[in-house]
Amino acid sequence: MEFEQLANRLAEICPGAIVEKVDLDNPDKPTKDPYVVVAADRIVEVMDKLQTDADLRFDCLLSIGGVDYPDVMPKAKKGQPEPELIPGRFEVVYHMLSTIKNHRFVLKVLLPHDDEPVCPTVSNVYSAANWHERETWDLMGIRFEGHPDLRRILCCEDWVGHPLRKDYVFPKEYHGISAE
Amino acid sequence: MSQLGDVPTVGNEVVLDVRTQDMEINMGPQHPSTHGVLRVVITADGEIITSARPYVGYIHRCAEKIGESVTYEMFVPYTDRYDYLAAMNNNIGFCMAVEKAADLEVPPRAVWIRMICSELNRIASHLLAFGTYGIDLGAFTPFLYGFREREWILSLFEKICGARLMYSYVFPGGVANDVPDGWFDEVLEFCDVFEKKWRDYDKLLTRNKIFIERTKNVGVVPPEMAREYGWTGPCLRGSGVRYDLREAQPYMYYDQVSFDVPVGRGEMGTVGDCWDRYNVRMEEMLQATRITRQCVQACIRDTNPGEIQGDKPKTLKVKPTEAYVGIENPRGELGHFIVTDGKDTAYRLKVRGPSFCNISILEAMLPGTMLADAVAIIGSIDIVLGEVDR
Repeated sequence: MEFEQLANRLAEICPGAIVEKVDLDNPDKPTKDPYVVVAADRIVEVMDKLQTDADLRFDCLLSIGGVDYPDVMPKAKKGQPEPELIPGRFEVVYHMLSTIKNHRFVLKVLLPHDDEPVCPTVSNVYSAANWHERETWDLMGIRFEGHPDLRRILCCEDWVGHPLRKDYVFPKEYHGISAE
Repeated sequence: MSQLGDVPTVGNEVVLDVRTQDMEINMGPQHPSTHGVLRVVITADGEIITSARPYVGYIHRCAEKIGESVTYEMFVPYTDRYDYLAAMNNNIGFCMAVEKAADLEVPPRAVWIRMICSELNRIASHLLAFGTYGIDLGAFTPFLYGFREREWILSLFEKICGARLMYSYVFPGGVANDVPDGWFDEVLEFCDVFEKKWRDYDKLLTRNKIFIERTKNVGVVPPEMAREYGWTGPCLRGSGVRYDLREAQPYMYYDQVSFDVPVGRGEMGTVGDCWDRYNVRMEEMLQATRITRQCVQACIRDTNPGEIQGDKPKTLKVKPTEAYVGIENPRGELGHFIVTDGKDTAYRLKVRGPSFCNISILEAMLPGTMLADAVAIIGSIDIVLGEVDR
């Protein structure tokens, strides 16, 4: 099934869950893979339906990735009104694959750019999500509510900060080892 | 009079309360059988494992962060280093993601050469998996025999790009340089010799009674469990699910070559046991030889070979977009999700390493098995820690 059919089918079985559908010809959100944006509180229900629905049958959660878009304050221009802050966001990108029906799908959950954005966990639906969400927490700092074991996976347990964030400051030393 | 004194008896039997404590054993990070720096903290009641917690991250170099600060061409050597046994495939996966994002055309000759390198690397990687799996289980000979052919492949790669393990040969838009004279003939010679040697390896390990006893019905992963844990590649096919990206969603010119997709059938024990996963890799080596031969013949037939590097600007700047490309690595689906913003570096590069996804099953799979089987199971999943940690 192609993206249009998949998105329509998802909209049928989960009414109101899709916040936005971004196609290939969207001028503001250019992308080579069309995706749907799902509300954070509906993601678990959507994942469940993606797994069980007979037409969709997405059996494989390929990856969960976080993307950091910080707040942007455009430069003030002479004679122009005060620029407004463009709020940032955290994106959680889910890539799905169906080995049964042989189709792919991309979903996104947009979270506000807090210090610790929260997204519900999908590890009860897809066991593969367990380690992916741990990695997203470790490197991007997105907390997954309901995760059975949310701790760092790639960095050390006592690491401070979330390395993949855009405002991450590299530490000057770690346990006495200098990084200069 | 019994020396034991007053002991509890049931009928004629003496009942002694022998309480044992669960032992916590640390496997790794330095361990000959973990295929890298993997630490598994195992709690065992005698021989039976009651719980296992894998710890990864010992070789984490945050390639994803580096991808945000170096240019696309400069990032190619970093891609070599995640799955260092299948470096060509990593290069290709990354370059295909950049090419999809930037709408770059790759000339046909470069695509055929990429396919040859990808399949040769698949054979090299599976040969190492075959050899080290034998060593894990105590058989040293297959390792040396397998490495004989692997050395030949590495010397072929040395002729083409100068490196034996970390090639950095594939760049966005094409490949770095054309093949030297006589290379295609040597590849065809290798394919012929390898098919004969493969039969030796098959007789040596695959049908060996001790090997079968150690791997049949061990680490059985039913297909539903494999799918749930996001398994792809030979591990998923070993569980009976026929899904190969080269067949199902062909990329490069895989739709123009013919090959079979081996699937685990439970020939020795149960579908999805260690033997099945191992056998899928063995059969895949033969199929990779078949594909390589067809690709080389396609290159030789082409009497007017074209460029090996497509049109691209000197500094590659990609307009803002997002793209995901997944390719069939020897370990599963290697995915690169790239977000660009118009600069010459990526804004976000997410790498989906198949070994990372395949190994998360250990915590659920190891309890209930024996300590010696833990080694067989970890070996059969065939992980590379560079890819788990990136």
